[in-house]
Amino acid sequence: MWGTNNGRRALIAAAVLTVGLTACTAGGGTASSPTTLNPTASQPPTTINVWGAFQGREAKIVQASLDALHVKYPWLTATYVPSKTDADIAKAIASGTPPDVVMVQSPDNVAKFCSTGAWQDLTPYLSAAKLDKTKIFPPAALSYTSYQDDQCSLPVLTDAFGLYYNKDLLARAGYTSPPKTYSELSAMAKKLTQRSSDGTIDVAGFVPTLGKMYEINNLYYGKWSDAAWYDSAGKSVVNTDPNWKSLLEWDKSLTDWYGYDNLTRWYAPFADNEWDAGNAFEQGKVAMMMDGEWRTAFFAADGSNVNYGTAPFPVPDNMKSRYGVGMIGGTVAGIPRGAKNGAASWLVLQDLTMNTKTLNALADDLKNVPSTYAALKATTLGQDPKFKVFMDIFQNPNSGFKQLSPQGQADVDLFAQFIAQWQQGKVSDLQQGLDDVAQQIDDLQNVG
Amino acid sequence: MTQVVAADRPPAVTSRPRRGRSLRARKRWTVLLFLSPWIIGFVVFILYPMVSSLYFSFTKYDLLGQPQWVGLANYQAMFTRDSMFWISVRNTFWVVLIMVPIDVVFGMGVAWILTRPRRGSSVYRTIYYLPAMVPTVAAALGFLFVLSPDGPVNSILAHLGVPANKVPLWFADPTWAKPSLLLLSMWAIGNTMIIFLAAMLDVPTHLYEAAEIEGAGGWAKFRHITLPTISPVIFFSLVIGVIYGFQYFTEAYVVSTSSAAGEQGASSALGNPENSLMFYGTWLYQQGFSYFHMGYASAMAWVLFLVIMVCTFVLVRTSGRWVHYGGAIR
Repeated sequence: MWGTNNGRRALIAAAVLTVGLTACTAGGGTASSPTTLNPTASQPPTTINVWGAFQGREAKIVQASLDALHVKYPWLTATYVPSKTDADIAKAIASGTPPDVVMVQSPDNVAKFCSTGAWQDLTPYLSAAKLDKTKIFPPAALSYTSYQDDQCSLPVLTDAFGLYYNKDLLARAGYTSPPKTYSELSAMAKKLTQRSSDGTIDVAGFVPTLGKMYEINNLYYGKWSDAAWYDSAGKSVVNTDPNWKSLLEWDKSLTDWYGYDNLTRWYAPFADNEWDAGNAFEQGKVAMMMDGEWRTAFFAADGSNVNYGTAPFPVPDNMKSRYGVGMIGGTVAGIPRGAKNGAASWLVLQDLTMNTKTLNALADDLKNVPSTYAALKATTLGQDPKFKVFMDIFQNPNSGFKQLSPQGQADVDLFAQFIAQWQQGKVSDLQQGLDDVAQQIDDLQNVG
Repeated sequence: MTQVVAADRPPAVTSRPRRGRSLRARKRWTVLLFLSPWIIGFVVFILYPMVSSLYFSFTKYDLLGQPQWVGLANYQAMFTRDSMFWISVRNTFWVVLIMVPIDVVFGMGVAWILTRPRRGSSVYRTIYYLPAMVPTVAAALGFLFVLSPDGPVNSILAHLGVPANKVPLWFADPTWAKPSLLLLSMWAIGNTMIIFLAAMLDVPTHLYEAAEIEGAGGWAKFRHITLPTISPVIFFSLVIGVIYGFQYFTEAYVVSTSSAAGEQGASSALGNPENSLMFYGTWLYQQGFSYFHMGYASAMAWVLFLVIMVCTFVLVRTSGRWVHYGGAIR
């Protein structure tokens, strides 16, 4: 009797639980089919929620652009909801209550969003609107907004990385132009470095070491070295692409020249000052550094009197023809699965990603690179030669983001951990270490 | 015939159990009704999430798609291929085996000192307890400032003659990062201290008087009277401390993400500097909410749950040898 009743109860409980578990995972309904509407015609009042990570001043700028859209189409009200992370967006999609438009600040998770269908493929919307994306966006911007022909996001401005150099410090050391190759960079870095009597670093020439300079991690996305992450089958090639080994051997030799502990002690007082006037470059404590285009605005806002120039970041000596290339990556936006107002969402998305006036208003305020050909042509940001360098880097045909992977940022983090160990001198056999990390990256596909 | 049968049936025999059963049923329903808020809360907020996470731990689940059954793959990867897992385990054991015992001893020591003053004791107790009232995040941010490389502590050290290239870099140095967190936890020892203080003040004074008559000194009195009497509180602090230690998260999260010092260049700053602050809880969080490896994070959560269960069980089982309840019902 116990067996029968309790067995039945257990079965019912298991069934209920299974149904519950299934029902409560990855909800969100189905992708909305793209419908078009005539925005200038009379439409029922519609409110669109746009989720993004911008906050404070930047959030106000985005909202102002959305308000301008409301003036143009009074039936459409778009509200920006700030401080939303990738995880917030994923949870909203999974629970079946997504916002209408989503924006994330880095392309890291684009492949995940595309491959799972969490963000809708925008190709039908582009086709319905008769828009050719290749004529609107430079290839660098398209490189990080789609995955395996699924165009699930579009760029909203972009960032480009290059070299900042202190003209006064370079001139004092007898240099009139920035370096163009890694060997020139090493030689200049050594000559520009000033040490105290006890051997500690007072002014660093250039610091290639992970965690010892603000934006240097972008170097290890491999763009300047033309180093690949995956082969066509999606297997990691960080151990077989010789460009990685060359890059790591170069950075290790320069790190060793400084001494890892010396760099730790030199960087510590400036580490928390990346976003204020205490920035090591502004303080004249580093002669050259890798950084993004937005830093020009920060220097201006700080009232800094550092006499600096910008240039493309150097390339390996055997790749001189690639000079001008750079790492590109920026905010991306899309329409999540289950969004209820597909056509209106597309209207807002189109405005945020393709409207030249909107883009340049945002670009002027945020000091980011406009992400369409039209906006690049129309912007006045390029009148500043320091900023124009980054616009050119963005339009270089070889520039782009790293190869996207459904693993999101986990592969970058794994590799960064290895590189840090290598630079600290904790890896005795580089090839063996690269083999291990490649295996770990491949293993990511089987767990999670 | 029907009437006869009905008349023959003894009414009392049939109605009594029915009334008794209905009374029992009514009592049962009343109890259930009163318990229902807790039962519903337990099922919805504890049991269901626990069962769900157990199921997810055997799947590859990124929150965005359907979970895919992978069997024990997450558990295998955790123990055999995830080097950061072992780094986080090592750092977490540092908390459990070093930070927690030091906190308990320190809390006990402070409490003992606070039993000494004859005047102004309430003022001292308030002063020592105050840091415990500071929110953890605020305290961690405060320590980040105080222990920054060019902060007040290092300025004092410099004035004391410590060479600039020898002062500790605290949270910016992997060697000093965990000891810096230890200083933070010792500073905020108030909660532990206050229960020790209460326990010490509760020790019957006649025991000390008797010991003094027998010629016992300060240490002997502490060793043979105070310690055994407060041993239930030591046990309580250890159990709570060990559970807290295994789940250590907030301070490490705030320090790592608020300080760029030692950042590894990874897209997430958790664990910095150089993974010295990557604890089990922070790695679990990173897996779940940065990488969307919900299945793997669930597997980690279950391993943590089991480890905490085992450690607590061992502590409880061995407590009989050193915890004295003074005749009270245990």
